[in-house]
Amino acid sequence: MTELENLIVDSITRSTLQVFSTMLDAQVQLAMVAIETRMPEANDGVVSFVGLAGSWAGAGSLACSPAMACRVCSRMLMTENTAVDDEVLDAFAELTNMIVGGVKTDLEPELGPLGLSIPTVVYGRNFKAKGVGATEWIVAAFLWDEHRLLVKLCLAPAQVAHAHPHPAGHACTVEV
Amino acid sequence: MESEVLVVDDSAAIRKILQRVLRQTGMSIGTIHEAGDGQEALETLRRRRIDLVLSDINMPKMDGLQLLASLRASPDWRGIPVVMITTEGGEAKVAEAVKLGASGYVRKPFTADQIKEKLTGFLEAGLP
Repeated sequence: MTELENLIVDSITRSTLQVFSTMLDAQVQLAMVAIETRMPEANDGVVSFVGLAGSWAGAGSLACSPAMACRVCSRMLMTENTAVDDEVLDAFAELTNMIVGGVKTDLEPELGPLGLSIPTVVYGRNFKAKGVGATEWIVAAFLWDEHRLLVKLCLAPAQVAHAHPHPAGHACTVEV
Repeated sequence: MESEVLVVDDSAAIRKILQRVLRQTGMSIGTIHEAGDGQEALETLRRRRIDLVLSDINMPKMDGLQLLASLRASPDWRGIPVVMITTEGGEAKVAEAVKLGASGYVRKPFTADQIKEKLTGFLEAGLP
């Protein structure tokens, strides 16, 4: 891995451990790190995305099972959640915001100011999610007891991440 | 007298967490009002006496910096302490908030102790 990729892995790990420790009073363990270059496998569960923009651009993403999303929400809000509902999706969005926000803060001294979009959360079965223009994703898997959380980040110089600029007022296409 | 606090965040999860954390501080807090963005916050301020505002920065419609600027421009509200809560680590955003008159800021993730530390001086301690 490159120096930047190592920095991103260290930052994802630090931020994830800190958010779980501070907001959920829980300890997670880093189980695996990989670079994903192919189309990701189909998902069953909860997936979130938050955009990063600046002189470098890309996205952060979290993915886990419905059971883990419910457990995150229950621990974060001190509620009892047994099924994925608005409250669970909102808590998962906030988890994404905090973890990727922490990574953003770590990377800004190296990459310059980065903006963070409002997170989007998707819950479903057998769906694929792909960021258009993304080169490769750095993937870190964390374990919280038997539950697995994937934290992914893709980042590239802005002209590479967004090779086909749109006219003003036109939105980007996202394949979901 | 118990203080009235206004929590402003587009995330219902964070508003709920802040409700719990504020109670955990043991400070003398009465009603904790909630708003989902700056515009809702201004509507609440028009109807209620608010002693302290805790506000996110990144929000739709009216963000936390715009809300802060509105409060500081108002003769009625300019004296209300405003503590910003944000994931924004960028010094530029923090510097802008301070320049606009923020009373302090807390970065997410936060602990109850960190919130209490920031609010000490603005709110009274509760009964032992």
